[in-house]
Amino acid sequence: MKKPVLKTTDPWESLKEFTAARIAMGRVGSSIPLTQYLEFKLAHAHARDAVYSELNSEAISYYLQHLDIPILKLHSKAENRNQYLQRPDLGRLLHEQSAKLLIEHAGKYDISIIIADGLSAHAVNSNAVQLVEALVKLFRSIRYKLAPICLTAQSRVALADHIAHGLGAKLSIILIGERPGLSSADSVGAYLTYNPRPGLTDEMRNCVSNIRPEGLLHQLAAEKIFYLIQEAFRRKLSGVDLKDNAGLLTS
Amino acid sequence: MAYQHTIHQHVYRFEDLKDLLAKASPLRSGDVLAGIASATYEERVAAQITLADVPLKDFLNNAIIPYETDEITRLIIDSHDILAFEPIAHLTVGEFRDWLLGDDIDTVTLQNLKWGLTPEMVAAVSKLMRNQDLIAVAQKCEVVTKFRNTIGLKGHFSTRLQPNHPTDDPKGIAASMIDGLLYGSGDAVIGINPAMDSPSGVNTLLKLIDTLRQQFDIPTQSCVLSHITTTLELINSGAPVDLCFQSIAGTQLANSSFGINLDLIAEAYDATLSLNRGTIGNNVMYFETGQGSALSANAHHGVDQQTCEARAYAMARKFNPLLVNTVVGFIGPEYLYDGKQIIRAALEDHFCGKLLGLPMGVDVCYTNHAEADQDDMDNLLTLLGVAGCNFVMGIPGSDDIMLNYQSTSFHDALYLRKVLGLRPVPEFEQWLMRQGITDNVGRLTHSQAMGKLMDHLF
Repeated sequence: MKKPVLKTTDPWESLKEFTAARIAMGRVGSSIPLTQYLEFKLAHAHARDAVYSELNSEAISYYLQHLDIPILKLHSKAENRNQYLQRPDLGRLLHEQSAKLLIEHAGKYDISIIIADGLSAHAVNSNAVQLVEALVKLFRSIRYKLAPICLTAQSRVALADHIAHGLGAKLSIILIGERPGLSSADSVGAYLTYNPRPGLTDEMRNCVSNIRPEGLLHQLAAEKIFYLIQEAFRRKLSGVDLKDNAGLLTS
Repeated sequence: MAYQHTIHQHVYRFEDLKDLLAKASPLRSGDVLAGIASATYEERVAAQITLADVPLKDFLNNAIIPYETDEITRLIIDSHDILAFEPIAHLTVGEFRDWLLGDDIDTVTLQNLKWGLTPEMVAAVSKLMRNQDLIAVAQKCEVVTKFRNTIGLKGHFSTRLQPNHPTDDPKGIAASMIDGLLYGSGDAVIGINPAMDSPSGVNTLLKLIDTLRQQFDIPTQSCVLSHITTTLELINSGAPVDLCFQSIAGTQLANSSFGINLDLIAEAYDATLSLNRGTIGNNVMYFETGQGSALSANAHHGVDQQTCEARAYAMARKFNPLLVNTVVGFIGPEYLYDGKQIIRAALEDHFCGKLLGLPMGVDVCYTNHAEADQDDMDNLLTLLGVAGCNFVMGIPGSDDIMLNYQSTSFHDALYLRKVLGLRPVPEFEQWLMRQGITDNVGRLTHSQAMGKLMDHLF
């Protein structure tokens, strides 16, 4: 016996070429068909898993060994993910033990590189190694003095201010997992801050976002960041004032 | 003035009305983050018991943010109508809750009460109400607004068609717009969040919706949700602006972080009115709000986020808006942690807004770092439908690819209309039938309308 067709398809499916929005989904009655519903659910599952993923410090350290830069593992004051999600203020503060560790490595550096889980550790687990390799190569081309690379767990962007200030670096660059979207659970954002110190707000930073294989590619991202860093050193500032002059590059 | 209440020899003290309101507020992460929430469940109930005995009159003499320093407080106090307040002037907050639920309190009684209420009174009473109380009272309210159609009539339920695109690509937006119209969405407004807030870009989008609307004689209105200063500039240069949009918050300081104040909104309101584009009514403003916005701007003055939100409604109602939308789950888990908190906040906002006389809609939504999913949104959508919410969003497959959050789909609105027997606004319903998009019982038929729409836009 032939199964009856329950699903009504939409005759305007050709419009899908103009947008990634979930148009022309068809319907059963007036509800979303099962295939489309499960596709959505899978995308949401990827995003949720990304939020609860953990920074793979061992693997990242292993693959960055060859750069011959000390690597420090740090933690914010947020004890776990649930607390991290509800108390962004704790994610911006360093745990006492981490603060002590920084004192041992304090010095005079040009740049402090920080790799942070943010809202998607999965994103930095997937992208940070290649991004850092590309950045370090560019930084070494003009002999910037690099601070130990810091891997930070339960971390927000502003934690970079404490870390770079503690280490004695003139500029911080934090590579952090961005809030996962339904179609992008692996996107990294890079925030740079000149003269980092506790108490700064976001208008003092510049951001290069959507760094991932389907978005802004690693090498291109590294070049953008490198350009901004050179400008920040040249003009001794970062943030809104830098963006205005760096033009399209910061978009 | 301090308040206190004793439970089992434990004396709970509340410093002032502001502190009492915060401690009486149902648990949410934003108040914890602000450090103003109750420390224990018992303290919260102690605060609620105490709040129940506070006379409503006290709210007229105790500004929770000083009159001298905040223009929203001045607006609240100066626009309070003592005659409208008369029927409830003798009540405490707790008695007011019981009064609202009484069988003889009907739609007209509540409509007449509007200017007798301050947002703090309304916020206070909501803290003593269960979800079902918030629904039962909101359902008695009816707030009808008009521009090119009639929104908010009982038995009707509308949607804002939200065809956003990450790069504002006109063809991408048009594709989502066609999809939405063919699913019966867009009777509240066709409203685009622009990715870029430039006057020329916004103008392109305004023209895109306006020509489509005129070509097909769609009885609805358009809006591009740019900053009010951009809209003002566009009005002055002759762009087809139907509605003037702005995000607003409940304190002067928070509004100033949005780059707005009452004078600026008044200027834009007058400018939009002067265009005289509404055919059957003159409600020209579209406001968006959301609990937590004052705290996130560090401008909450120690006031709990739900009371701050209600104060934003006092600002909205000065300008007779067509639509007010609380974007409840967009702000993230540090303000509303999970589905339970989002649902509670949405019902509070809808109740408070309606009681203050606003045409409330709700963006039933969540972000991926909130502890929520589609099931929570289904619950909330259904509750709001029962409560008589004026409108929700309509987004292809719930997935806003520009703002990166999940809201309600075109299908969701059809579900709600079906299970609760709700209909689109009357003018739009007629149009859907004329175009052959729905049949005479409101079922989707699609058919010939699609070809015409596609030919026009592609």
